[in-house]
Amino acid sequence: MSKKKDFRKKYAAVGLAVILVMFLIAVFANFIAPYDPEEINLAPGARLQAPSLKHLLGTDDLGRDVFSRMVYGARISLSVGFVAVGLSLIIGVTVGAIAGYFGGWVDILLMRIVEIIMCFPRIFLILMLIAFLGPNILIVMAVIGLTGWTGLARLVRAEFLSLKERDYVHAARALGAGDRRIIFRHILPNALSPVYVSAVLGVGGAILIESSLSFLGLGVQIPTPSWGNILTTGMHYIESAWWLMLFPGLAILITVLSYNLVGETLRDVLDPRLKGFNQK
Amino acid sequence: MKLKESKFFSSSSYTFKPSYIIEGMIMKTLFAITVSFLLFIFGFSFSFADDYGDAYVSGSLSDATILIPFLADDSASGGICGLVYNGLTKVDKDLKVVGDLAKSWEVSDDKLRIIFKLRENVIWQDGVEFTAEDVKFTFETILNPDNAVPYIASFQDIENIRVIDKHTIEFVYKKPYAPALLKLGMGIIPKHLFKGINIRDSKYARAPVGTGPYILDVWKTDQHMILNSYKDYFDGEPYISKYVERIIPDQAVQFLELITGGIDYMSLSPYQYKYRTETIKFNQRFNKYKYLAHQYTYIGYNLKDPMFSDKRVRQALSYAIDKEAIIEGVLMGLGEECSGPFIKNTYAYNDDVKKYPYDPDKARELLAEAGWEDTDADGILDKNGQPFSFKLITNQGNKQREDVATITQRNWQDIGIKVEVQTIAFVTFLKEFVDKRNFQALILGWTMPIDPDCYNVWHSETIKEGGLNFIGYNNPEVDKLIEAARGTYDISERAKCYQKIHALIAEEQPYTFLYFPYALPAVNKRFKGIVPAPAGISYDFINWHVPKAEQRYVF
Amino acid sequence: MIKYIAKRLLLMVPMLLGISLLTLLIMHLSPGDPTSLRYGLNPEVSGSARAQLKELYNLDKPFVVQYGCWLKRVVTLDFGRSFVDNRPVIDKIKERLPATLLLQISALLLIFSIAIPVGVLSAVKQNSFFDKVTTFLVFIGFATPTFWLALMLMRLFSFELEWFPVSGMSPWYAQYMSLPQRIGDILWHLVLPLVTLAFTGLASLSRYVRYSMLEVIRQDYIRTARAKGLAENRIIFKHALKNALLPVVTILGMTLPALIGGSFIFETIFAWPGMGRLGYMSIMQYDYPTVMGVGIISVFLTLLGILISDILYAAIDPRIRYE
Repeated sequence: MSKKKDFRKKYAAVGLAVILVMFLIAVFANFIAPYDPEEINLAPGARLQAPSLKHLLGTDDLGRDVFSRMVYGARISLSVGFVAVGLSLIIGVTVGAIAGYFGGWVDILLMRIVEIIMCFPRIFLILMLIAFLGPNILIVMAVIGLTGWTGLARLVRAEFLSLKERDYVHAARALGAGDRRIIFRHILPNALSPVYVSAVLGVGGAILIESSLSFLGLGVQIPTPSWGNILTTGMHYIESAWWLMLFPGLAILITVLSYNLVGETLRDVLDPRLKGFNQK
Repeated sequence: MKLKESKFFSSSSYTFKPSYIIEGMIMKTLFAITVSFLLFIFGFSFSFADDYGDAYVSGSLSDATILIPFLADDSASGGICGLVYNGLTKVDKDLKVVGDLAKSWEVSDDKLRIIFKLRENVIWQDGVEFTAEDVKFTFETILNPDNAVPYIASFQDIENIRVIDKHTIEFVYKKPYAPALLKLGMGIIPKHLFKGINIRDSKYARAPVGTGPYILDVWKTDQHMILNSYKDYFDGEPYISKYVERIIPDQAVQFLELITGGIDYMSLSPYQYKYRTETIKFNQRFNKYKYLAHQYTYIGYNLKDPMFSDKRVRQALSYAIDKEAIIEGVLMGLGEECSGPFIKNTYAYNDDVKKYPYDPDKARELLAEAGWEDTDADGILDKNGQPFSFKLITNQGNKQREDVATITQRNWQDIGIKVEVQTIAFVTFLKEFVDKRNFQALILGWTMPIDPDCYNVWHSETIKEGGLNFIGYNNPEVDKLIEAARGTYDISERAKCYQKIHALIAEEQPYTFLYFPYALPAVNKRFKGIVPAPAGISYDFINWHVPKAEQRYVF
Repeated sequence: MIKYIAKRLLLMVPMLLGISLLTLLIMHLSPGDPTSLRYGLNPEVSGSARAQLKELYNLDKPFVVQYGCWLKRVVTLDFGRSFVDNRPVIDKIKERLPATLLLQISALLLIFSIAIPVGVLSAVKQNSFFDKVTTFLVFIGFATPTFWLALMLMRLFSFELEWFPVSGMSPWYAQYMSLPQRIGDILWHLVLPLVTLAFTGLASLSRYVRYSMLEVIRQDYIRTARAKGLAENRIIFKHALKNALLPVVTILGMTLPALIGGSFIFETIFAWPGMGRLGYMSIMQYDYPTVMGVGIISVFLTLLGILISDILYAAIDPRIRYE
């Protein structure tokens, strides 16, 4: 069995490596970036330079070094990914645990709420909330997190439903353990597989969403670089400056791909019963 | 593969080559002969003498919303209204007021009465005759507060409108109002259709009936609009049979459409104009034009904020901005420096006002005079323990303004001012920040009307919430000059007032005036008869024409 | 069967109540009393827009009354008039819905017709070269930002090669074409949007099919069939496929919100005259009545999708009875 899955593990190893490299780039951005990402250079010929040894990924329309901006952009993408997913995890696990553990009307009510939220296209909710609340990196993180927990809540609930009927849980209860103790000490540690998987996949999803939002000008504010807003500049020069479009897009693709490869493999290893479906 | 070239012929058995592929006169003649031969075969009547026909496809960033001239307050709606309706007056190529529906007029000596003689050969697009009653009805509708007409302020001084006979009408003003002749160029609507209905909700808001050269035929929201030429137009049938407006919400995509033949006209971005249109191929197919737009971009300071109450501080902020770099950086050099709120090269514009060339040292000096110095050596100026730091806002989605913000932020940082930039969706920007005066500094642009009257933006009366003087500029001398200039028809008198206003505002720098951008239209070469003038290129669209041989669309 | 459908419909009533409640709550999140873009710098009109909004949502009444009135509007699909062009919101949506449905349904069909064979084959030939390549491609598709792919395709195929139109659904001169020409033309405009949607949307479904198939192959009755010596192809296509594809039907309903959601940005880039573009523009213009209308209609479509897939599931799966 393990031998059969080799190629997917290889993918996952590459993915993990990419994630690590991206993480290092984000942490050490100030050492890696050869230029100040916000340094403008309007001198003749300095703007919209194609990639060269001096500017590895070229320059943008204000003469800023695209490589440096991409490096700093990694920070934004990753931090949005992690914070948003952290928020989703907290809400999703809490709601799922409560619904699954207590059952009854609590379960019905919470699951109806989840279903109602799931009926809305996620990007619609996100666009609307950001438009209403004003674009700002914290709000972007919060909104992505707040709209991304429903699937996880369902999975956690399902785990709880089955685990709470296990003998050891009954035993703990017979010994006088309280609900809180049973939830946190006995059930949750055994119900974490879907959490791990959702977390890893969720980071990829959040990075994708952040890039679309920044692309629309609803994410990170100028002049702070992000992969999405470099792409926006690229869109203005769609028929000429190919490097402004190509590189940030590839960066997003590769990063998200890595998270997905790792997440899917994790899913196979941890819990083969889970089906390969997640919403984009 | 490219079926779009051929599909307009009643028979699809041959293809019609787009004209730009043909090079040289001989080819062109041969081509013309071929086409005329084919046209002859297929029974079309034609003559080289009259170049009627073809369609003009224009690219527009946004769709129109309402096609009632005095309710249309966005440029897309205004543009279409201009084709469908006529006003009493219009401006000619040199921005002079001339008659449109009015043949002539007389202004009484006390400047309170204007009598218009109307054209007698004007027929509404539905066949009914146009009369003075329509004019009276239009302006009475505008003045009725129930209709909530956004332009009502321009007509509030009208006391009475009197129909003298079928083709003569008199306007009586409460006090002399110099912009009157221009403002009365507002499109006239037909009384026989609009009487007694709720205009805003009526079907005519999307299916207008005017006196103008084009009749709206199809309107597919956010896709396109098709207008057909009006054969009985009083100034003669327009040459171009169809005016098509395609909605393409992005300038980069518009450019792709222009190059691939999807549109015949677009407004180029400075980058496109400078770097993407230099090719031989482009210039064989398109004419591009360049003239000053009647717009300027500025940074406005909220004068109620103590940080900006000192004139020296505002002057310093202006000195610290490298305007040349902005014009070069944002407009690729395709703009001119602006020093005040009037159209450049007109009588109101004063060339000899205080200017603020890039001079960071001077800026530092002025700030030091005003008490701003870096006492704690953190690189940021401070005064009484307060760092010089503020928020600069602009509307989201306007690349040029975002770039201005980015460059300005750098410039100010260089002299020790910390600025945080925030871009905000246009509606919130206006609603939550501008209307409520809840901002410190902002980047915006104004489009200037032809008449230099600047009451709405600079008079202290309009400081109140909802008014356009949102920075809170209050100078009694400017107020008086604005009123004086409004009250006289004497151009030299008005010029004196406006030049003085210009000088005062330039001295006080409530705005840092940045630039006038150039309008940069590109038009397919098959359209002839385009004569650039101070008014732009499209003032006489009805005289544009395409030689029969080059016509691309045949119906 | 009718009873089953009726029951399913009845179950949607509480959903509807919840959805209308949620939308009303979101309305209350909106900043201040909103006015619209076009009234922005025109003080004379902003007053009336405010009044209009108050009337539309009964903002000055108690919450229960607001909710009651809003619910009535939701049920009767009366969302008031747009702030931008003063047309009834439902008219604007009706005008846009066909374009969105055309795009989404054809995308869905395309995705299904690619995802099912790909998923089945990569399950049957697990770990083969085919499995590796498709797995990788599918993952790439899933990780590709849709808007980016759209722009790249536009540059390559519309601008460089001029094979496909740059944007839009049908040209302005479509009305002067014959019907077959018109259909051909729309198909021609559909190519790039469809390719984009299918490539980026393929992942979830094909993964699901693959997993589902793998699971079925491991089941006892397949083993039995193998043990009985039935031909492999026969096993796969006669027995396994049917059972593996059953749950796929349920995915249909869940794919819809993602597809509709994707169309918000996507339709704007391709200037596709659909509901997503309308929704995005309305959000940016704070055209509340239209935003609410688009939101509710999207949710209705999703519910409809779920209903249809449930009914289909019930209809084809003999194990489910309709009571």
